[in-house]
Amino acid sequence: MLVDQLKSGLDAPICLTWELTYACNLACIHCLSSSGRRDPRELSTEECKAVIDELARLQVFYVNIGGGEPTIRTDFFEIVDYAVASGVGVKFSTNGSRIVAAAAERLSGSDYIDIQISLDGADRETNDAVRGDGSWDTALTAMNHLRDAGFGQFKISVVMTRHNIPQLDAFEALAAEYGAELRLTRLRPSGRGADSWDQLHPTNAQQRELYNWIITRPKVLTGDSFFHLSALGESLPGLNLCGAGRIVCLIDPVGEVYACPFVLHDEFKAGSVRDEGGFASVWRESELFTSLREPQSPGACGSCGSYDACQGGCMAAKFFTGLPLDGPDPECVWGNADDELARIAAATDSTKPSPGPGHSKPTPVSLGRKPVDAYS
Amino acid sequence: MHRRGPATVEPVVTAIDLAAAYRLHPNVAVRPEPFGALVYHYGNRKLVFLKSSRMVALVKSLNDAPSVRAALETNGVAAKNTERYVAALNSLLASDMLIPVSPPEVSHAC
Repeated sequence: MLVDQLKSGLDAPICLTWELTYACNLACIHCLSSSGRRDPRELSTEECKAVIDELARLQVFYVNIGGGEPTIRTDFFEIVDYAVASGVGVKFSTNGSRIVAAAAERLSGSDYIDIQISLDGADRETNDAVRGDGSWDTALTAMNHLRDAGFGQFKISVVMTRHNIPQLDAFEALAAEYGAELRLTRLRPSGRGADSWDQLHPTNAQQRELYNWIITRPKVLTGDSFFHLSALGESLPGLNLCGAGRIVCLIDPVGEVYACPFVLHDEFKAGSVRDEGGFASVWRESELFTSLREPQSPGACGSCGSYDACQGGCMAAKFFTGLPLDGPDPECVWGNADDELARIAAATDSTKPSPGPGHSKPTPVSLGRKPVDAYS
Repeated sequence: MHRRGPATVEPVVTAIDLAAAYRLHPNVAVRPEPFGALVYHYGNRKLVFLKSSRMVALVKSLNDAPSVRAALETNGVAAKNTERYVAALNSLLASDMLIPVSPPEVSHAC
């Protein structure tokens, strides 16, 4: 079966995320990479081009570039142009702060470039509560520039939270107004998301509301991220499997390769593009990826009738909430993780892994107070 | 080049004509994989899985085949399996990954 083939790994990833920098002018409270400050060991322009050469050889069709705020890198356009010229398409995520009119014009010139503008509320208040003061205006300004430049269809990318699930219809209307595609993704307790998880993650009733909404809208993109909700009935569109290390991986700003964008933790680090053999040998031979491609035990989920549909949920969500990887997802729709989560919450010696120091700035910074150049 | 289209445009649904010739869209890439191949369209960003090596060989041979029927024959697709292979070709056609080759113009001597 195809899904079994995919679980046992591909010659190269289908979906590769590349965080170009940890520098960011925002300090979103759920940032999965705890971004803020640039890492001084960041890959140089030449190293980035060498990575692209390798991805081109592996026939990786496109990369999802993110960060941090990737457009902060002064060589951002040079890297994007190099990728496109090498036959590697680019989709990049941005908060919009650098998508000025001239940039929008330039980006409109290539069909091999796709843009995702991050918005986490369908109005200023809801969005800025998560992404920081001024971030709504910044994103909308960028969207206006893209529309004025005739970019065509871009994506509005939303992380679903307790506060914006009631706004699903408003997001749909906003996307329609801009001729944009709507992309919804799942909040993870990764990076700074570990600290904001309890206040942001959807309630179980909201998960059902979200499932019912998505299932009737095949054109809304989900990046396959809600497969844990397939336990509610009909499978959501997509492959409905955890692709970590199998069809998906992440390259971080210093070239380290992780199983997926939501597990920036030593436990899920497979190697580095700076190692001998480069990215290809990390992808094909690393111990971590090899083990992820072995058949996985359903563990405590084995006796639940929904396991075939939900596959036990998301590895990152389990890991950062302190749950065993071979048990239910913290947002299991049947509440099968609730007892264990209560036990973890009550325990004095926390079993939750430390998210590490991250790249957060000492104090959150609001957009507009300092020029973004201060962080590049 | 294939332009990014507005979200509302529906693809025109057509079916593969066994007697006609098709080729891969120039913006399409085929990547071999253990299960068959991945086919990706850089223009509309669609991804299709070809689930057997024979399916991959069939798709690749379309570029030089005078007709789909000829390509099926060359690749040894048994008559009872034709439907399955044509269904896969239809999905490639619907994703704009296959495009019909216009028949050569017949010159009239009149």
